[in-house]
Amino acid sequence: MLSEGGYFMKGMAMGGIFCLLLSLLGTFRPGVESGTESQHHHHHVQALGKDALKHLTDVQMQKLRNQVQVSCIIMVQPKILVYWATALDTWSKHCDKAVFYSSESTKALEAVDLNEKDDWARLRKALKHAYENAGELRWFFVAQPTTFAIIENLKYLVLAKDPNEPFYLGNAMKSGELEFVSYDSGIVLSYEALKRLVHVFQDEDKCPERGRALWKLSEDKQLATCLKYTGVFAENGEDSHGKGLFNSKSVDSLIADSMKTNPNDVVAGCCSDVAVTFSGMTPNQMQVMMFGVYRLRPYGHDFHDLLVFNPPEGSEND
Amino acid sequence: MTALRSKASFCAGFVVGTFTLYVVLRQVYFEKTLSPQKPGSFDPLHGHQPPEEEENTWKKERSALFNLKHPHHIGEDSGMADELFKKVRILCWVMTGPKNLETKARHVKSTWSRHCNVIVFMSSVEDPDFPTVGLGTKEGRDQLYWKTIRAFHYAYEHHSNDADWFLKADDDTYVIVDNLRWVLSNHTPDEPIYFGRRFKPYTKQGYMSGGAGYVLSREAVRRFVEGFKSKVCTHTTSVEDLAMGQCMEKVGVLAGDTRDTLHRETFHPFIPEQHLTAKFPKSFWYWSYCYYPISEGSNCCSDVSVSFHYVDALNMYLMEYYTYHLRAFGYRYRYQPPAPKGYNVAQSSSWHAMEEKEVQTSQGKAQEGGGKVH
Repeated sequence: MLSEGGYFMKGMAMGGIFCLLLSLLGTFRPGVESGTESQHHHHHVQALGKDALKHLTDVQMQKLRNQVQVSCIIMVQPKILVYWATALDTWSKHCDKAVFYSSESTKALEAVDLNEKDDWARLRKALKHAYENAGELRWFFVAQPTTFAIIENLKYLVLAKDPNEPFYLGNAMKSGELEFVSYDSGIVLSYEALKRLVHVFQDEDKCPERGRALWKLSEDKQLATCLKYTGVFAENGEDSHGKGLFNSKSVDSLIADSMKTNPNDVVAGCCSDVAVTFSGMTPNQMQVMMFGVYRLRPYGHDFHDLLVFNPPEGSEND
Repeated sequence: MTALRSKASFCAGFVVGTFTLYVVLRQVYFEKTLSPQKPGSFDPLHGHQPPEEEENTWKKERSALFNLKHPHHIGEDSGMADELFKKVRILCWVMTGPKNLETKARHVKSTWSRHCNVIVFMSSVEDPDFPTVGLGTKEGRDQLYWKTIRAFHYAYEHHSNDADWFLKADDDTYVIVDNLRWVLSNHTPDEPIYFGRRFKPYTKQGYMSGGAGYVLSREAVRRFVEGFKSKVCTHTTSVEDLAMGQCMEKVGVLAGDTRDTLHRETFHPFIPEQHLTAKFPKSFWYWSYCYYPISEGSNCCSDVSVSFHYVDALNMYLMEYYTYHLRAFGYRYRYQPPAPKGYNVAQSSSWHAMEEKEVQTSQGKAQEGGGKVH
């Protein structure tokens, strides 16, 4: 018996080495290609080109304006108070509704206290709460405190899309067979997508509240898995040139990258003119972005956008 | 029999080993290959990226670069900016040196200087390729005023017919030239006047910060050159901006006010982050130097800011992105700077002939006109 066990172990060891060798030689890869190569498998959602808006009537324009209101769901924690305060003071003012969801209450800032330490369970509760209190709002944007979002550009992206259709947008990434939207660069859900999601939350088999996997999946992947069961798939948000609108890096970092890869055309090679999100920016960098987006501009250059968004009331830095 | 069973065990072990490692490697590989789309590389499906900006044509002549066409984006209405480009001609000269050409001046050339009518890089040594003018001085902080004196003399001798206004900037100054044209648009090049970020000490009328950049009218440059000819002005100190201010005062050139209609500064001696977020200690020199009252926070800086200083290479491109590229679709800015006198906004472009469809949101009321404090 012992000798058989010995042979078995030797066999296992040989098998392991065999597998390693093969993967190193590249003839057979245990994983899949990185996201950039299999981009063609992704679904793309592009913002409208300049000419598309000219064909809409006044009535349609008004309808769009109402349809495109955004409810912001911002997941915060007291330990990152300064980011929370910055989100409150900067980009979230441009949401039609902005609600902060916290893991625990704090006297410093106002939030919906979900009293939940588990990140996935907290996200579920927040989404459910947002859905139940949606009112007339039909688009939902989930952000972390280190995200900076330009809500007007989010509206531009979803302008001609029907929120009664399921949309799940952002920076779409791939993990094996699963396509998911990266959390830190913001997740966009249409009303229909959120509705289906809240529904599948009740299904403990498909969408368990406490993950049963051996290694815990991150919340964004769990979200994608649950949504997949309802027939909703992740789509990459892009501008009319195919440039990604949701960035998982800070603008400084992206410019630095572009200086290395496109030294002769740094700015054009970097980021979209109508980018929606950046991630990993410091609170000070967020204040600079507020100034750069909502105030600083070259005199005498105008864009006659056919839809106008007014500045929020009671605000000074925009 | 035993040999067969051994072989069977071995094979079973082999299969199990292979499969186990496959699963492990697969999991490890997934976590590593999660990378978003590389910035700068475009989806081959969508084809070649069309250029955002129209090609702008430059002409290299006599160690200067002449912009023949004002750069702007496809799809934007830059009628007003184009008109100002023709009527408010600016020669930008950038103080640089041989060691800074590749690390600093190059980025100025790639970014903001493309919006000047004429751009001249002033160095101690001539470089016909960059191109730079050789002023024949040495390098170093003590040479700054010598370089300035010679640079303005050079500009006056070679380019007084090519421009109405003459801007001095450092190779770490970022200038939004379109906004400079707005500031200058209600003045004429025959006025003896100069503009910048006004400091108050050591002089009666104040002087302009060197790092934040300053701009002289053609008449002011003429008087500067005359001042040196008649020895009214001399090399008083190597503190370039102060020395310039002292000379300007002597030759009767007025120190102008560059604040916008809400009294917000347009020329800035630091980077945006510092003006917007830093709390300068009261002992800091800045408090006692500024001619006008300092505003901290978002009121520090005008929407039509003209310049920032201590801008490194990365921040040059970041400023370019923020100023000329990144915007909020459809956003109606709170501050509407008043149009310069004598410029007819309505006739400057055909866009205004189109019916502008405007609908209010439930978010805030419309803010009207310029000059209104909210």
